[in-house]
Amino acid sequence: MKHKTRRTLNFWALFSAPALWWGTVLLVPYLIMLSISFYSRQFPFHVPDFQFGNYAILLQDSQYYDVLMRSLWISLSVSLSAFVLSYPLAYFLAFKVRSERMRLFLYTATIVPLWVSYLLRAYTWKTILGSEGILNSFLMWTGVISEPSTIFLYNQGAMIVTMAYIFTPFMVMPIYASLEKIPVSLIEASKDLGAPRFMTFLKITLPLSMPGVLAGFTFTFGLSIGDFISPILVGGPYSNMIANVVATQFGMAMNWPLGSALGVVLLFIVLGVITASDKLERVGRLNMG
Amino acid sequence: MAVTSMNGVGLRKRPLDMGTTGLGVAAMCVLAFLYLPIITLIIFSFNSSSITRLPLESFTLDWYVKALSNNDLMTAVWNSVLVGSAAVVICLAIGIPTALALDRYDFPGKTVFRRLVILPITLPGLITGVSMLTFFRSVDIQLTIWTVIIGHGTALTAIVVTNVFARLQRFDRRIEEASADLGATPLMTFWYVTLPNIRAAIIGSAMISFTLSFDELPVTFFLTGRDNTLPMYIWSVIRRGITPEINAIGTIIVVVSILLILISVLLMHSDNQKAGPVKP
Repeated sequence: MKHKTRRTLNFWALFSAPALWWGTVLLVPYLIMLSISFYSRQFPFHVPDFQFGNYAILLQDSQYYDVLMRSLWISLSVSLSAFVLSYPLAYFLAFKVRSERMRLFLYTATIVPLWVSYLLRAYTWKTILGSEGILNSFLMWTGVISEPSTIFLYNQGAMIVTMAYIFTPFMVMPIYASLEKIPVSLIEASKDLGAPRFMTFLKITLPLSMPGVLAGFTFTFGLSIGDFISPILVGGPYSNMIANVVATQFGMAMNWPLGSALGVVLLFIVLGVITASDKLERVGRLNMG
Repeated sequence: MAVTSMNGVGLRKRPLDMGTTGLGVAAMCVLAFLYLPIITLIIFSFNSSSITRLPLESFTLDWYVKALSNNDLMTAVWNSVLVGSAAVVICLAIGIPTALALDRYDFPGKTVFRRLVILPITLPGLITGVSMLTFFRSVDIQLTIWTVIIGHGTALTAIVVTNVFARLQRFDRRIEEASADLGATPLMTFWYVTLPNIRAAIIGSAMISFTLSFDELPVTFFLTGRDNTLPMYIWSVIRRGITPEINAIGTIIVVVSILLILISVLLMHSDNQKAGPVKP
C-alpha cells in the first residue's frame, strides 16, 4: 500500500504541471471556441447565448455552403495530385533503388523541401506563375507566346499546383513506409505463378500499400483544408476556402460566433477524415486476413 | 538528381527495361518538381533585376545587403529567435514530463489525454490560433509577443512528446532498476541514467520545434500584437508584391534550416537511434 501511495505522489509530482498547462492552453480554449459558436451576435460584439443560428447560417447562406464545397473539392484535388506525384517516386525508392545509401539520399532529398519555409514555397509559385513571372517570361523568351498570359496565376489551378507542391513530401513519406514493409517474397510468388507485372502491382503491391496511401491522403487533406495562406497568395478572387472565412470572421468581419462555428465545423471535418481513414485501414487489414 | 546518372550506382544491375526506366524518369521529374521552386528562389536572389523574370540579368549581392540592412526585417528575425527559443523551453518543460507520465503511468482518461495532446499537430494550425485567441480575449490578456510564445509552445509541444515518448518506449528499464538497486534516488536515476538515454530525442525534437516555430504563421497570425515575427513580416511584404529581397532572406533561411536539420539528423544518428524524428 505504501508503495502505491508513493507512486501516486511521484505521478502527481511529474504530471500536475503538464496537466494544468494542457488544461489551460488546450482544453479550455477549445471549449471556449465551442461555446462562442452558440453565442449570438449583436454588432459589434457578441453576447452569451445558446442557439444554433450560427450553424444554421452555414447551411442556409449559399455563400458559406459554396465555400465549404469548394474547400472539400480543392483539398481532394490537392490530395489526388499529390498522390499521383508521390506514388511513382515512393515506388521507385522502395523497389528500384538497390543501394541503401542512394535510397537514404533520395528519401532525404524528398523531405528536405519541408524544411524550407512554407511561406516562401508558396511565394515562389507566385513569382513563377505571375504575369511578369518566370513561366511567362520564359515562354515569351522562347517565342511560344508573344503577350504575357494571366491564365497561370490567381485561380484554383494555381492553388492546387502550389498546395500539391507544398504537401507532396507528406504523401511520399507514408507511402514509402508502407511499400518498404511489403515482403519481396509475395511479389516474387505472384511472378512465379505467372502473373504479368501489372497484375502483380494491382493485386499485391497496391492493396498492401493502401495504409500508407490513406495516411498520406489524411495528412494532405487536413493540411489543405486548414490552409488560408496559399489561397490568398495564389488563389485570386474565387478561391476563398473555409480557413479564409474563419480568418476573416475573426479579423475584419468581427463575427466571432460565426467564425467559431466555422472553426468547429473545420475541426470536425478533419477529425472525421482521420477517423474514417482509421476505420478504412482497419477494414482493409481484416480483409487481408 | 541528374537523369543521366540513373544507370549508374544504386540501381539494379540487370539490364534496365522500359518500365523501370519510365518509372525512374517519372521519379526524377517529381524530385525536379520539388526542387525547381527552391532553386528559382536561390537564383533570383542573386539576379540584379527587381522583377523575377527571365532572361537573367547580372549577378549581384545587393538584395542581401538590402535585406541585412533592413531594420524591420532584422527586428522580425530577432523576435522570431526570441519566440522560437522561449517556445522550445516551454516544449521541453511540458513535453518531457508529459512523455514520462504517458510512458510510465496509467491514469484515468489516459487515452483521451493522449489524443488531446497531439491535436495541435493533427488539426490545422488555424484552429489552435483561433481557439487560443478566444481564450486570451475572454480572460482579458492583451496580445503581445508572450501570447505568441505560449501559442507556439502549445502548438509544438506535441513534437517533443511524441519523439521522447517513442524513445522511452524503446528504452531498457532494467538499467533504471539497476541504478535504484545501487542506491540512487529517483532524481539521481533520472539525471544520470534516463536523461542521457533520451538526450538525442530531446535535442532533435527541440531543434525541430525551433525550426517549425521560426516558420510558424497560422498561430502567430491570430495571437500577435504589435511585434512581427519573421514569417509575419514576410507575409506582410509578399501580400503586397514581389521583391528579390525576400528571395535573399529566403535563401539564408533555406541554408540555415538545412544546416540545422543536418546537425539534428547527425545527432540522432550518433546516439544510434533508429527511428528518425516524428514530424507532424
